[in-house]
Amino acid sequence: MKRRIKPQTAEKIAKGAIWTIALMVIGILIAIIVYILYKGLPVINWSFLTEAPRRMGKEGGISSSIIITLSVTALAVLIAMPFGIGTAFYLAEYTRDNIITRIIRFSAESLAGIPSIVYGLFGYIFFLEILGLGWSVLSGGLTLAIMILPTIIRTSEEAILAVSKTYREVSFSLGGTKWQTIRKAVFPSAVRGITNGIILSVGRSVAETAAVILTVGSDLKMRTMAIHFYQLVMEGISMENAYGTAAILIILIFFINVVANMLIDRFIAKGR
Amino acid sequence: MPDSRKSKLTTKSINLYYGSVHALGDVTVEIPECSITAIIGPSGCGKSSFLRLFNRMNDLIPIARVEGEAFLDDSPIYGKDAEDVASLRKKIGMVFQKPNVFPASIYENIVIGPKSHGTENKAVLNEITERCLTKVALWSEVKDSLRKPAQELSSGQQQRLCIARALAVDPEVILMDESCSALDPESTAKIEELMLELAKQYTIIIVTHNMEQAARVSDMSAFMMIDEEKIGRLVEFSPTTEMFLNPKDKRTEDYIEGRFG
Repeated sequence: MKRRIKPQTAEKIAKGAIWTIALMVIGILIAIIVYILYKGLPVINWSFLTEAPRRMGKEGGISSSIIITLSVTALAVLIAMPFGIGTAFYLAEYTRDNIITRIIRFSAESLAGIPSIVYGLFGYIFFLEILGLGWSVLSGGLTLAIMILPTIIRTSEEAILAVSKTYREVSFSLGGTKWQTIRKAVFPSAVRGITNGIILSVGRSVAETAAVILTVGSDLKMRTMAIHFYQLVMEGISMENAYGTAAILIILIFFINVVANMLIDRFIAKGR
Repeated sequence: MPDSRKSKLTTKSINLYYGSVHALGDVTVEIPECSITAIIGPSGCGKSSFLRLFNRMNDLIPIARVEGEAFLDDSPIYGKDAEDVASLRKKIGMVFQKPNVFPASIYENIVIGPKSHGTENKAVLNEITERCLTKVALWSEVKDSLRKPAQELSSGQQQRLCIARALAVDPEVILMDESCSALDPESTAKIEELMLELAKQYTIIIVTHNMEQAARVSDMSAFMMIDEEKIGRLVEFSPTTEMFLNPKDKRTEDYIEGRFG
Protein backbone atom coordinates (compact mmCIF):
# COMPACT_ATOMS: atom_id res chain seq x y z
CA MET A 1 0.00 0.00 0.00
CA LYS A 2 1.28 3.37 -0.94
CA ARG A 3 1.45 5.87 1.85
CA ARG A 4 1.37 9.52 1.06
CA ILE A 5 2.08 12.38 3.38
CA LYS A 6 -0.82 14.76 3.47
CA PRO A 7 0.05 18.14 1.87
CA GLN A 8 -0.92 19.86 5.10
CA THR A 9 1.56 17.74 7.04
CA ALA A 10 4.29 18.31 4.47
CA GLU A 11 3.63 22.03 4.71
CA LYS A 12 4.07 21.91 8.50
CA ILE A 13 7.29 19.89 8.25
CA ALA A 14 8.74 22.22 5.62
CA LYS A 15 7.83 25.29 7.62
CA GLY A 16 9.32 23.82 10.77
CA ALA A 17 12.54 22.83 9.03
CA ILE A 18 13.02 26.21 7.38
CA TRP A 19 12.38 28.06 10.63
CA THR A 20 14.80 25.84 12.51
CA ILE A 21 17.55 26.40 9.97
CA ALA A 22 17.00 30.16 9.91
CA LEU A 23 17.00 30.43 13.70
CA MET A 24 20.13 28.32 13.97
CA VAL A 25 22.03 30.48 11.49
CA ILE A 26 20.91 33.72 13.10
CA GLY A 27 21.63 32.24 16.53
CA ILE A 28 25.20 31.31 15.64
CA LEU A 29 25.87 34.74 14.14
CA ILE A 30 24.46 36.54 17.13
CA ALA A 31 26.34 34.26 19.52
CA ILE A 32 29.66 35.07 17.84
CA ILE A 33 29.04 38.81 17.85
CA VAL A 34 27.76 38.86 21.41
CA TYR A 35 30.70 36.77 22.63
CA ILE A 36 33.28 39.02 20.99
CA LEU A 37 31.60 42.18 22.21
CA TYR A 38 31.27 40.70 25.69
CA LYS A 39 34.98 39.91 25.78
CA GLY A 40 36.11 42.99 23.88
CA LEU A 41 33.98 45.90 25.09
CA PRO A 42 35.46 46.00 28.63
CA VAL A 43 38.89 46.60 27.09
CA ILE A 44 37.72 49.48 24.95
CA ASN A 45 38.05 52.98 26.33
CA TRP A 46 39.17 56.33 25.04
CA SER A 47 42.87 55.64 25.39
CA PHE A 48 42.51 52.26 23.62
CA LEU A 49 41.18 54.16 20.61
CA THR A 50 43.57 57.10 20.69
CA GLU A 51 46.89 55.71 21.87
CA ALA A 52 49.49 53.91 19.83
CA PRO A 53 50.36 50.33 20.84
CA ARG A 54 53.31 49.77 23.18
CA ARG A 55 55.32 46.72 24.18
CA MET A 56 54.27 44.59 21.17
CA GLY A 57 50.64 45.58 21.77
CA LYS A 58 50.48 44.37 25.33
CA GLU A 59 49.91 47.95 26.42
CA GLY A 60 48.60 51.09 24.80
CA GLY A 61 45.85 51.28 22.22
CA ILE A 62 45.33 50.57 18.56
CA SER A 63 45.09 54.08 17.10
CA SER A 64 47.75 53.45 14.46
CA SER A 65 46.06 50.22 13.38
CA ILE A 66 42.69 51.95 13.03
CA ILE A 67 44.25 54.63 10.84
CA ILE A 68 46.18 52.13 8.70
CA THR A 69 43.08 49.95 8.27
CA LEU A 70 40.92 52.89 7.20
CA SER A 71 43.58 54.23 4.81
CA VAL A 72 44.27 50.91 3.13
CA THR A 73 40.55 50.17 2.76
CA ALA A 74 39.68 53.64 1.51
CA LEU A 75 42.51 53.52 -1.01
CA ALA A 76 41.50 50.07 -2.24
CA VAL A 77 37.83 50.99 -2.64
CA LEU A 78 38.55 54.36 -4.26
CA ILE A 79 40.80 52.68 -6.83
CA ALA A 80 38.61 49.64 -7.48
CA MET A 81 35.27 51.48 -7.62
CA PRO A 82 35.67 53.42 -10.88
CA PHE A 83 37.30 50.47 -12.65
CA GLY A 84 34.80 47.96 -11.31
CA ILE A 85 31.66 49.96 -11.97
CA GLY A 86 33.00 51.11 -15.33
CA THR A 87 33.71 47.54 -16.39
CA ALA A 88 30.26 46.47 -15.22
CA PHE A 89 28.56 49.17 -17.31
CA TYR A 90 30.73 48.23 -20.27
CA LEU A 91 29.73 44.59 -19.96
CA ALA A 92 26.05 45.25 -19.30
CA GLU A 93 25.30 48.18 -21.58
CA TYR A 94 27.94 48.72 -24.22
CA THR A 95 28.69 45.31 -25.64
CA ARG A 96 26.90 42.23 -26.73
CA ASP A 97 28.08 38.81 -25.77
CA ASN A 98 31.38 38.36 -27.60
CA ILE A 99 34.85 36.96 -27.10
CA ILE A 100 36.07 40.02 -25.18
CA THR A 101 33.18 40.08 -22.72
CA ARG A 102 33.54 36.35 -22.21
CA ILE A 103 37.24 36.76 -21.40
CA ILE A 104 36.48 39.57 -18.95
CA ARG A 105 33.70 37.60 -17.25
CA PHE A 106 35.79 34.44 -17.07
CA SER A 107 38.74 36.35 -15.62
CA ALA A 108 36.55 38.10 -13.07
CA GLU A 109 35.00 34.81 -12.00
CA SER A 110 38.36 33.09 -11.71
CA LEU A 111 39.91 36.01 -9.85
CA ALA A 112 37.04 36.04 -7.36
CA GLY A 113 37.90 32.48 -6.35
CA ILE A 114 41.64 32.90 -5.84
CA PRO A 115 42.84 32.77 -2.21
CA SER A 116 43.84 36.18 -0.92
CA ILE A 117 47.38 35.07 -0.09
CA VAL A 118 47.98 34.74 -3.84
CA TYR A 119 47.01 38.39 -4.25
CA GLY A 120 49.38 39.14 -1.41
CA LEU A 121 52.20 37.33 -3.15
CA PHE A 122 51.44 39.10 -6.41
CA GLY A 123 51.32 42.45 -4.62
CA TYR A 124 54.61 41.70 -2.88
CA ILE A 125 56.37 40.80 -6.11
CA PHE A 126 54.81 43.48 -8.30
CA PHE A 127 54.37 46.53 -6.07
CA LEU A 128 57.21 45.98 -3.60
CA GLU A 129 59.89 44.29 -5.68
CA ILE A 130 59.25 45.46 -9.24
CA LEU A 131 57.77 48.92 -8.63
CA GLY A 132 59.73 49.41 -5.41
CA LEU A 133 56.84 50.87 -3.43
CA GLY A 134 58.02 49.17 -0.23
CA TRP A 135 55.89 48.02 2.69
CA SER A 136 53.27 50.71 2.53
CA VAL A 137 49.63 51.70 2.60
CA LEU A 138 49.95 52.29 -1.14
CA SER A 139 51.16 48.74 -1.86
CA GLY A 140 48.43 47.30 0.33
CA GLY A 141 45.71 49.51 -1.12
CA LEU A 142 46.65 48.60 -4.69
CA THR A 143 46.78 44.90 -3.86
CA LEU A 144 43.39 44.96 -2.14
CA ALA A 145 41.96 46.99 -5.03
CA ILE A 146 42.87 44.15 -7.40
CA MET A 147 41.48 41.63 -4.95
CA ILE A 148 38.05 43.27 -4.61
CA LEU A 149 37.73 44.27 -8.26
CA PRO A 150 36.03 41.02 -9.38
CA THR A 151 33.43 41.32 -6.61
CA ILE A 152 32.60 44.88 -7.57
CA ILE A 153 32.37 43.97 -11.25
CA ARG A 154 30.08 41.00 -10.65
CA THR A 155 27.72 42.62 -8.15
CA SER A 156 27.52 45.85 -10.17
CA GLU A 157 26.81 44.01 -13.39
CA GLU A 158 24.07 41.99 -11.74
CA ALA A 159 22.55 45.16 -10.30
CA ILE A 160 22.64 46.85 -13.71
CA LEU A 161 21.12 43.87 -15.52
CA ALA A 162 18.37 43.67 -12.89
CA VAL A 163 17.11 47.15 -13.82
CA SER A 164 13.86 46.79 -15.70
CA LYS A 165 14.14 47.02 -19.48
CA THR A 166 11.15 49.34 -19.51
CA TYR A 167 13.11 52.17 -17.84
CA ARG A 168 15.65 52.02 -20.64
CA GLU A 169 12.89 51.97 -23.26
CA VAL A 170 11.14 54.98 -21.76
CA SER A 171 14.35 56.94 -21.56
CA PHE A 172 15.22 56.18 -25.18
CA SER A 173 11.65 56.93 -26.29
CA LEU A 174 11.95 60.39 -24.74
CA GLY A 175 14.96 61.05 -26.93
CA GLY A 176 17.54 60.25 -24.30
CA THR A 177 21.02 59.30 -25.43
CA LYS A 178 22.74 56.18 -24.21
CA TRP A 179 24.66 58.09 -21.56
CA GLN A 180 21.58 59.96 -20.36
CA THR A 181 19.70 56.69 -20.18
CA ILE A 182 22.44 55.09 -18.10
CA ARG A 183 22.76 58.10 -15.83
CA LYS A 184 19.10 58.92 -15.29
CA ALA A 185 17.22 55.67 -15.83
CA VAL A 186 19.60 52.81 -15.07
CA PHE A 187 22.01 54.10 -12.43
CA PRO A 188 19.45 55.32 -9.86
CA SER A 189 17.80 51.90 -9.88
CA ALA A 190 21.07 50.00 -9.82
CA VAL A 191 22.81 52.13 -7.20
CA ARG A 192 21.63 50.09 -4.22
CA GLY A 193 22.90 46.83 -5.67
CA ILE A 194 26.18 48.45 -6.66
CA THR A 195 26.58 49.84 -3.15
CA ASN A 196 25.94 46.45 -1.63
CA GLY A 197 28.84 45.06 -3.65
CA ILE A 198 31.06 47.89 -2.46
CA ILE A 199 30.08 47.40 1.18
CA LEU A 200 30.90 43.71 0.78
CA SER A 201 34.30 44.71 -0.59
CA VAL A 202 34.90 47.16 2.25
CA GLY A 203 34.20 44.36 4.69
CA ARG A 204 36.63 42.07 2.94
CA SER A 205 39.32 44.75 2.83
CA VAL A 206 38.94 45.66 6.49
CA ALA A 207 39.16 42.04 7.55
CA GLU A 208 41.87 40.93 5.13
CA THR A 209 45.11 39.57 6.61
CA ALA A 210 47.05 37.43 4.13
CA ALA A 211 47.17 39.94 1.29
CA VAL A 212 47.93 42.80 3.65
CA ILE A 213 50.66 41.21 5.76
CA LEU A 214 52.69 40.70 2.57
CA THR A 215 52.22 44.25 1.28
CA VAL A 216 51.72 46.59 4.25
CA GLY A 217 53.74 44.47 6.61
CA SER A 218 53.37 43.68 10.29
CA ASP A 219 55.44 46.41 11.93
CA LEU A 220 53.82 47.34 15.24
CA LYS A 221 53.01 50.93 14.17
CA MET A 222 52.32 50.02 10.55
CA ARG A 223 49.77 47.24 10.55
CA THR A 224 46.05 46.93 10.08
CA MET A 225 43.68 45.90 12.84
CA ALA A 226 43.23 42.42 11.42
CA ILE A 227 46.98 41.85 11.46
CA HIS A 228 47.39 43.41 14.87
CA PHE A 229 44.73 41.03 16.09
CA TYR A 230 46.45 38.10 14.39
CA GLN A 231 49.80 38.94 15.96
CA LEU A 232 48.35 39.47 19.44
CA VAL A 233 46.77 36.00 19.33
CA MET A 234 49.49 34.06 17.50
CA GLU A 235 52.32 35.42 19.62
CA GLY A 236 50.25 35.06 22.78
CA ILE A 237 50.77 38.71 23.60
CA SER A 238 47.40 39.78 24.94
CA MET A 239 44.04 38.05 24.47
CA GLU A 240 42.25 41.01 26.08
CA ASN A 241 43.57 43.47 23.54
CA ALA A 242 42.90 40.96 20.75
CA TYR A 243 39.22 40.83 21.72
CA GLY A 244 39.18 44.61 22.03
CA THR A 245 40.55 44.90 18.49
CA ALA A 246 38.04 42.35 17.19
CA ALA A 247 35.18 44.25 18.81
CA ILE A 248 36.32 47.49 17.18
CA LEU A 249 36.54 45.68 13.82
CA ILE A 250 32.96 44.48 14.13
CA ILE A 251 31.70 47.88 15.24
CA LEU A 252 33.58 49.54 12.39
CA ILE A 253 32.07 47.28 9.73
CA PHE A 254 28.63 47.75 11.26
CA PHE A 255 29.15 51.52 11.25
CA ILE A 256 30.29 51.56 7.61
CA ASN A 257 27.19 49.57 6.64
CA VAL A 258 24.83 51.94 8.39
CA VAL A 259 26.47 55.09 7.03
CA ALA A 260 26.58 53.74 3.46
CA ASN A 261 22.91 52.82 3.57
CA MET A 262 21.98 56.21 4.99
CA LEU A 263 23.88 57.97 2.22
CA ILE A 264 22.15 55.84 -0.41
CA ASP A 265 18.73 56.56 1.06
CA ARG A 266 19.45 60.26 0.97
CA PHE A 267 20.72 60.01 -2.60
CA ILE A 268 17.58 58.14 -3.71
CA ALA A 269 15.26 60.45 -1.79
CA LYS A 270 16.89 63.43 -3.47
CA GLY A 271 15.62 62.03 -6.75
CA ARG A 272 17.56 61.46 -9.89
CA MET B 1 -5.91 57.97 -49.54
CA PRO B 2 -9.32 59.51 -49.14
CA ASP B 3 -8.24 61.68 -46.25
CA SER B 4 -7.42 65.15 -47.47
CA ARG B 5 -5.10 66.04 -44.59
CA LYS B 6 -1.36 66.29 -45.15
CA SER B 7 0.56 63.09 -44.38
CA LYS B 8 2.64 63.23 -41.24
CA LEU B 9 4.22 59.80 -41.37
CA THR B 10 4.84 57.77 -44.49
CA THR B 11 6.31 54.37 -45.15
CA LYS B 12 7.24 53.09 -48.60
CA SER B 13 7.40 49.29 -48.86
CA ILE B 14 9.17 48.97 -45.56
CA ASN B 15 10.45 45.58 -44.39
CA LEU B 16 11.58 44.50 -40.96
CA TYR B 17 13.70 41.46 -40.18
CA TYR B 18 14.63 39.94 -36.83
CA GLY B 19 17.65 37.91 -37.84
CA SER B 20 16.29 35.49 -40.42
CA VAL B 21 12.65 36.13 -39.46
CA HIS B 22 10.85 38.39 -41.90
CA ALA B 23 8.50 40.21 -39.52
CA LEU B 24 7.02 42.90 -41.75
CA GLY B 25 6.73 42.81 -45.52
CA ASP B 26 6.37 45.78 -47.86
CA VAL B 27 4.20 47.97 -45.69
CA THR B 28 3.18 51.23 -47.32
CA VAL B 29 1.03 53.77 -45.49
CA GLU B 30 0.42 57.49 -45.31
CA ILE B 31 -0.69 58.58 -41.88
CA PRO B 32 -2.56 61.89 -41.96
CA GLU B 33 -1.58 64.73 -39.65
CA CYS B 34 -3.59 65.43 -36.48
CA SER B 35 -5.59 62.26 -36.63
CA ILE B 36 -5.80 58.98 -34.77
CA THR B 37 -4.78 55.89 -36.65
CA ALA B 38 -5.52 52.49 -35.13
CA ILE B 39 -3.40 49.49 -36.00
CA ILE B 40 -5.47 46.35 -35.50
CA GLY B 41 -4.96 42.68 -36.21
CA PRO B 42 -4.48 39.30 -34.57
CA SER B 43 -1.70 38.75 -32.02
CA GLY B 44 1.74 38.30 -33.53
CA CYS B 45 0.98 40.06 -36.80
CA GLY B 46 3.64 42.69 -36.21
CA LYS B 47 1.51 45.61 -35.01
CA SER B 48 3.90 46.66 -32.27
CA SER B 49 6.94 46.07 -34.47
CA PHE B 50 5.35 48.31 -37.09
CA LEU B 51 4.59 51.02 -34.52
CA ARG B 52 8.16 50.89 -33.26
CA LEU B 53 9.52 51.45 -36.75
CA PHE B 54 8.47 55.09 -36.56
CA ASN B 55 10.55 55.99 -33.49
CA ARG B 56 13.22 53.42 -34.28
CA MET B 57 12.70 51.50 -31.05
CA ASN B 58 13.52 48.33 -32.98
CA ASP B 59 17.09 49.66 -33.08
CA LEU B 60 17.38 48.49 -29.47
CA ILE B 61 17.08 44.91 -30.66
CA PRO B 62 20.52 43.97 -31.96
CA ILE B 63 19.28 41.52 -34.61
CA ALA B 64 16.62 43.83 -36.07
CA ARG B 65 17.16 45.12 -39.62
CA VAL B 66 15.05 47.53 -41.63
CA GLU B 67 14.75 47.82 -45.40
CA GLY B 68 12.67 50.37 -47.25
CA GLU B 69 11.83 53.97 -46.48
CA ALA B 70 9.97 55.83 -43.78
CA PHE B 71 9.43 59.56 -43.47
CA LEU B 72 8.41 62.04 -40.82
CA ASP B 73 6.98 64.89 -42.89
CA ASP B 74 9.56 64.88 -45.69
CA SER B 75 12.62 63.86 -43.71
CA PRO B 76 13.77 60.25 -43.81
CA ILE B 77 13.68 58.22 -40.59
CA TYR B 78 16.19 55.64 -41.81
CA GLY B 79 19.27 55.82 -43.98
CA LYS B 80 22.20 58.15 -44.47
CA ASP B 81 20.14 61.34 -44.53
CA ALA B 82 18.23 60.52 -41.37
CA GLU B 83 18.61 62.84 -38.40
CA ASP B 84 20.08 61.38 -35.25
CA VAL B 85 17.82 58.99 -33.42
CA ALA B 86 17.57 61.03 -30.20
CA SER B 87 16.12 64.06 -32.00
CA LEU B 88 13.77 61.81 -33.96
CA ARG B 89 12.44 60.29 -30.75
CA LYS B 90 12.01 63.75 -29.27
CA LYS B 91 9.55 64.42 -32.09
CA ILE B 92 7.88 61.01 -31.91
CA GLY B 93 6.84 60.21 -28.37
CA MET B 94 5.71 56.84 -27.10
CA VAL B 95 3.34 55.50 -24.46
CA PHE B 96 3.76 51.85 -23.56
CA GLN B 97 1.40 49.04 -22.67
CA LYS B 98 1.98 49.09 -18.94
CA PRO B 99 2.23 52.34 -17.02
CA ASN B 100 6.00 52.50 -16.59
CA VAL B 101 6.70 55.50 -14.39
CA PHE B 102 10.24 55.95 -13.12
CA PRO B 103 10.72 55.23 -9.40
CA ALA B 104 10.89 58.95 -8.70
CA SER B 105 8.53 61.80 -7.90
CA ILE B 106 5.68 62.86 -10.18
CA TYR B 107 7.57 66.06 -10.94
CA GLU B 108 10.80 64.23 -11.78
CA ASN B 109 8.92 61.94 -14.15
CA ILE B 110 7.71 64.92 -16.17
CA VAL B 111 10.94 66.90 -16.26
CA ILE B 112 13.33 64.04 -17.05
CA GLY B 113 12.73 64.46 -20.80
CA PRO B 114 13.04 68.26 -20.99
CA LYS B 115 16.10 68.13 -18.72
CA SER B 116 17.83 65.63 -20.97
CA HIS B 117 17.20 68.00 -23.88
CA GLY B 118 18.90 70.84 -22.03
CA THR B 119 16.10 72.70 -20.25
CA GLU B 120 17.44 73.59 -16.80
CA ASN B 121 15.45 76.70 -15.90
CA LYS B 122 13.22 75.93 -12.89
CA ALA B 123 10.41 78.27 -13.95
CA VAL B 124 10.27 76.74 -17.43
CA LEU B 125 10.27 73.20 -16.00
CA ASN B 126 7.46 74.13 -13.61
CA GLU B 127 5.49 75.60 -16.47
CA ILE B 128 5.99 72.44 -18.57
CA THR B 129 4.89 70.29 -15.62
CA GLU B 130 1.69 72.23 -15.11
CA ARG B 131 0.88 72.43 -18.81
CA CYS B 132 1.44 68.72 -19.50
CA LEU B 133 -0.38 67.51 -16.40
CA THR B 134 -3.27 69.81 -17.27
CA LYS B 135 -3.42 68.37 -20.78
CA VAL B 136 -3.84 64.86 -19.40
CA ALA B 137 -6.39 66.06 -16.82
CA LEU B 138 -4.14 65.11 -13.93
CA TRP B 139 -3.11 68.55 -12.67
CA SER B 140 -6.03 69.11 -10.30
CA GLU B 141 -5.52 65.65 -8.83
CA VAL B 142 -1.78 65.88 -8.17
CA LYS B 143 -0.84 69.56 -8.02
CA ASP B 144 -0.31 69.38 -4.25
CA SER B 145 1.67 66.14 -4.34
CA LEU B 146 4.17 66.68 -7.15
CA ARG B 147 7.02 65.57 -4.90
CA LYS B 148 5.35 62.28 -4.00
CA PRO B 149 6.57 59.04 -5.58
CA ALA B 150 4.81 58.43 -8.88
CA GLN B 151 4.25 54.76 -8.03
CA GLU B 152 1.74 55.82 -5.39
CA LEU B 153 -0.71 56.92 -8.09
CA SER B 154 -3.39 54.53 -9.37
CA SER B 155 -2.49 52.70 -12.57
CA GLY B 156 -4.89 54.87 -14.58
CA GLN B 157 -3.26 58.00 -13.17
CA GLN B 158 0.18 56.53 -13.82
CA GLN B 159 -0.68 55.94 -17.46
CA ARG B 160 -1.88 59.53 -17.79
CA LEU B 161 1.37 60.61 -16.15
CA CYS B 162 3.24 58.58 -18.79
CA ILE B 163 1.33 60.43 -21.51
CA ALA B 164 2.19 63.74 -19.84
CA ARG B 165 5.82 62.66 -19.67
CA ALA B 166 5.78 61.97 -23.40
CA LEU B 167 4.15 65.36 -24.06
CA ALA B 168 6.76 67.15 -21.98
CA VAL B 169 9.41 66.95 -24.71
CA ASP B 170 6.97 68.60 -27.10
CA PRO B 171 6.55 65.82 -29.67
CA GLU B 172 4.61 66.01 -32.93
CA VAL B 173 3.56 62.38 -32.98
CA ILE B 174 2.47 60.08 -30.14
CA LEU B 175 2.68 56.31 -30.51
CA MET B 176 0.54 54.31 -28.11
CA ASP B 177 1.29 50.62 -27.83
CA GLU B 178 -1.86 49.04 -26.36
CA SER B 179 -1.79 51.77 -23.79
CA CYS B 180 -5.18 50.92 -22.30
CA SER B 181 -4.91 47.16 -22.17
CA ALA B 182 -3.70 47.12 -18.58
CA LEU B 183 -6.33 49.56 -17.35
CA ASP B 184 -9.85 49.32 -15.95
CA PRO B 185 -12.78 50.51 -18.12
CA GLU B 186 -13.12 53.85 -16.36
CA SER B 187 -9.43 54.72 -16.81
CA THR B 188 -9.64 53.50 -20.41
CA ALA B 189 -12.55 55.86 -21.05
CA LYS B 190 -10.53 58.76 -19.63
CA ILE B 191 -7.54 57.95 -21.83
CA GLU B 192 -9.73 57.61 -24.92
CA GLU B 193 -11.26 61.01 -24.21
CA LEU B 194 -7.74 62.32 -23.85
CA MET B 195 -6.67 60.83 -27.19
CA LEU B 196 -9.53 62.61 -28.97
CA GLU B 197 -8.51 65.87 -27.34
CA LEU B 198 -4.81 65.41 -28.14
CA ALA B 199 -5.52 64.54 -31.77
CA LYS B 200 -6.36 68.19 -32.36
CA GLN B 201 -2.70 69.00 -31.95
CA TYR B 202 -0.79 65.72 -32.33
CA THR B 203 -0.71 62.86 -34.77
CA ILE B 204 -1.56 59.71 -32.84
CA ILE B 205 -1.05 56.08 -33.75
CA ILE B 206 -2.42 53.41 -31.47
CA VAL B 207 -2.02 49.66 -31.45
CA THR B 208 -5.08 48.02 -29.97
CA HIS B 209 -6.69 44.62 -29.53
CA ASN B 210 -9.94 46.28 -28.68
CA MET B 211 -12.06 46.66 -31.82
CA GLU B 212 -14.55 48.86 -30.06
CA GLN B 213 -11.79 51.16 -28.99
CA ALA B 214 -10.53 51.41 -32.55
CA ALA B 215 -14.07 52.16 -33.70
CA ARG B 216 -14.63 54.77 -30.97
CA VAL B 217 -11.48 56.83 -31.29
CA SER B 218 -9.73 56.34 -34.60
CA ASP B 219 -10.07 58.21 -37.86
CA MET B 220 -8.03 55.74 -39.87
CA SER B 221 -7.56 52.03 -39.36
CA ALA B 222 -4.80 49.75 -40.52
CA PHE B 223 -5.56 46.05 -40.49
CA MET B 224 -2.53 43.77 -40.38
CA MET B 225 -2.19 40.03 -40.62
CA ILE B 226 0.52 37.45 -41.26
CA ASP B 227 0.44 35.75 -44.64
CA GLU B 228 1.17 32.10 -45.49
CA GLU B 229 4.92 32.76 -45.12
CA LYS B 230 4.38 34.24 -41.63
CA ILE B 231 5.30 37.71 -42.85
CA GLY B 232 3.32 40.57 -41.32
CA ARG B 233 1.39 42.39 -44.03
CA LEU B 234 -0.82 45.43 -44.16
CA VAL B 235 -4.11 44.10 -45.50
CA GLU B 236 -6.19 47.21 -45.53
CA PHE B 237 -5.75 50.85 -44.65
CA SER B 238 -8.79 53.08 -44.80
CA PRO B 239 -10.98 55.46 -42.81
CA THR B 240 -12.27 53.61 -39.76
CA THR B 241 -15.98 53.98 -40.50
CA GLU B 242 -15.42 52.64 -43.99
CA MET B 243 -13.39 49.69 -42.75
CA PHE B 244 -15.86 48.71 -40.08
CA LEU B 245 -19.02 49.19 -42.17
CA ASN B 246 -17.74 48.19 -45.54
CA PRO B 247 -14.43 46.31 -45.44
CA LYS B 248 -12.82 45.92 -48.85
CA ASP B 249 -10.89 42.79 -48.04
CA LYS B 250 -12.48 39.48 -47.07
CA ARG B 251 -9.88 38.91 -44.33
CA THR B 252 -10.67 42.26 -42.73
CA GLU B 253 -14.34 41.44 -42.76
CA ASP B 254 -13.77 38.03 -41.16
CA TYR B 255 -11.59 39.51 -38.46
CA ILE B 256 -13.92 42.35 -37.56
CA GLU B 257 -17.01 40.16 -37.61
CA GLY B 258 -15.26 37.38 -35.71
CA ARG B 259 -14.38 39.80 -33.02
CA PHE B 260 -17.88 41.16 -32.65
CA GLY B 261 -19.33 37.71 -33.38
